[in-house]
Amino acid sequence: MAKFQNLEEAVAENLHDGDTVAFEGFTHLIPHAAAHEVIRQGIKDLTLIRMTPDIIYDQMIGMGLGKKVIFSYAGNPGVGLLRRMRDAIENGWPRSIETVEHSHAAMANAYEAGAAGLPCAVFRGYLGAGLKDVNPAIRSITCPFTGEELAAVPAHRPDVAVIHAQKASRRGDVLVEGIVGVQKEAVLASRRSVVTVEEVVEDFDDLHPNLCVLPHWTVTSIVQVPGGAHPSYTHGYYERDNAAYLEWDRISADRDLFSAWMKENVLGQGPEVFAERVKGVQA
Amino acid sequence: MTILSDFTPNEMMTIAAARALSNEDVCFVGIGAPSAACNVARLTHAPDITLIYESGTIGTAPNVLPLSIGDGELCETAVTTVSVPEMFRYWLQGGRISIGFLGAAQLDRFGNINTTVIGDYHKPKVRLPGGGGAPEIASSCKEVFITMKQATRGMVEKIDFYTSFGHGEGGNHRERLGIKTKGPTLLITDLAIWKPDPETKEFTVVSMHRGVTRDKVQETCGWKVRFSDHLEETPPPTELELTTLRELQARTEKAHGGKKGH
Repeated sequence: MAKFQNLEEAVAENLHDGDTVAFEGFTHLIPHAAAHEVIRQGIKDLTLIRMTPDIIYDQMIGMGLGKKVIFSYAGNPGVGLLRRMRDAIENGWPRSIETVEHSHAAMANAYEAGAAGLPCAVFRGYLGAGLKDVNPAIRSITCPFTGEELAAVPAHRPDVAVIHAQKASRRGDVLVEGIVGVQKEAVLASRRSVVTVEEVVEDFDDLHPNLCVLPHWTVTSIVQVPGGAHPSYTHGYYERDNAAYLEWDRISADRDLFSAWMKENVLGQGPEVFAERVKGVQA
Repeated sequence: MTILSDFTPNEMMTIAAARALSNEDVCFVGIGAPSAACNVARLTHAPDITLIYESGTIGTAPNVLPLSIGDGELCETAVTTVSVPEMFRYWLQGGRISIGFLGAAQLDRFGNINTTVIGDYHKPKVRLPGGGGAPEIASSCKEVFITMKQATRGMVEKIDFYTSFGHGEGGNHRERLGIKTKGPTLLITDLAIWKPDPETKEFTVVSMHRGVTRDKVQETCGWKVRFSDHLEETPPPTELELTTLRELQARTEKAHGGKKGH
């Protein structure tokens, strides 16, 4: 049953050292405010699952919170490389991390299998591709009906999913719209979930019946954080802050600059600053 | 239609790629040059082309090039937006996409692509972003088009990692692995247009852009280049093509605060 909390409580109750966590959002609705709270609380030895690790995992890895990353595309979308993640892989700074690499199709299927309560995902993938030679979690299975060899990967079953969404109702139902990504599957695949939302409304009675909604009994914790996806965006509320993504490329290129930025903008701040940050990009 | 003489190799590459697309195509679009080419096609000769981005947007018609694969404009102008698992299961794996459009960090003569690592996978010299959707785009789309700027460090004799499978070692290697789709059928660079030899599947230059020499193509390519016996010159951009591309990029630059969408 969804519980309304503040961000500090929601993170402290749901994320623990050593957990496997999935922060999702496919370019859209990336839960930046929640990631910053995890960094402030210094929760460590995390296994980080995410299709596109992008800036939030770059920040968590750069702060030394991750021990392992399960991913399919490690880039700053539209800008280039993830410099903190690369530094950890190539140079072990601030610590070395283990990586488990998949394709997007494998990651999406693994979440769907987790949501469906299955132990693994079966799909037509990795044909001729090199990842299956370096990732032992990619195996194959023979279709019992046709004999076709198909790819199989273990289902994602994170301890916690963290997502950002447009709205929660007073009852705790959550509305996600626009590019919905893989968030519904990530929440349903996880044991617990923290959902930050732009606003809380009385009910969803006037909404279209086919919208993507997570019913209140599938969500553990809801936190209202206006602007909580910035510099990502929230469809209908504010636009993607492309300049901030470009700026991250500069900040993350240098260890000292990165550390100073994190101290000033994350460690020394609270989630309330996010509402201020989206004022210039409001839709 | 006036033919313009003032154009850059990059513009020629994008326009040549746009011309390869038709109104009937359903195209899985990657960010960068592929995205520019697909949208120029849509804004010129192929207004009804279906563009799909892996974020889940189907039939999108953005007014500016997206900076990322999931920009809001892609969703706002799409016929429908589906979840990412649905995108990969029903639409890509389901065989509903005619053209997959990919870029490459490293490419070999058989259209195999590396965007994963330079050097050894476990001790990389350079850790690149990785494959994203590309491993399955390469095997599930009916055909694959590739665009890249020519350079010897990119067009190599042997790629360091098979992110996405092209024609493998050539010949019928795809069929031997049970892959039923055609794989790479076209490579468009800033200097030339390449097509696979029907037998060996090695990319062969079939057309060079205006002003490009065979030496220039060879100097910027890491393998010994084969040229077609019927080598043509790529028709230069028309005024409509070039104006469309430049206006699209100007709108994009304005929308993204100085950053071009490629």
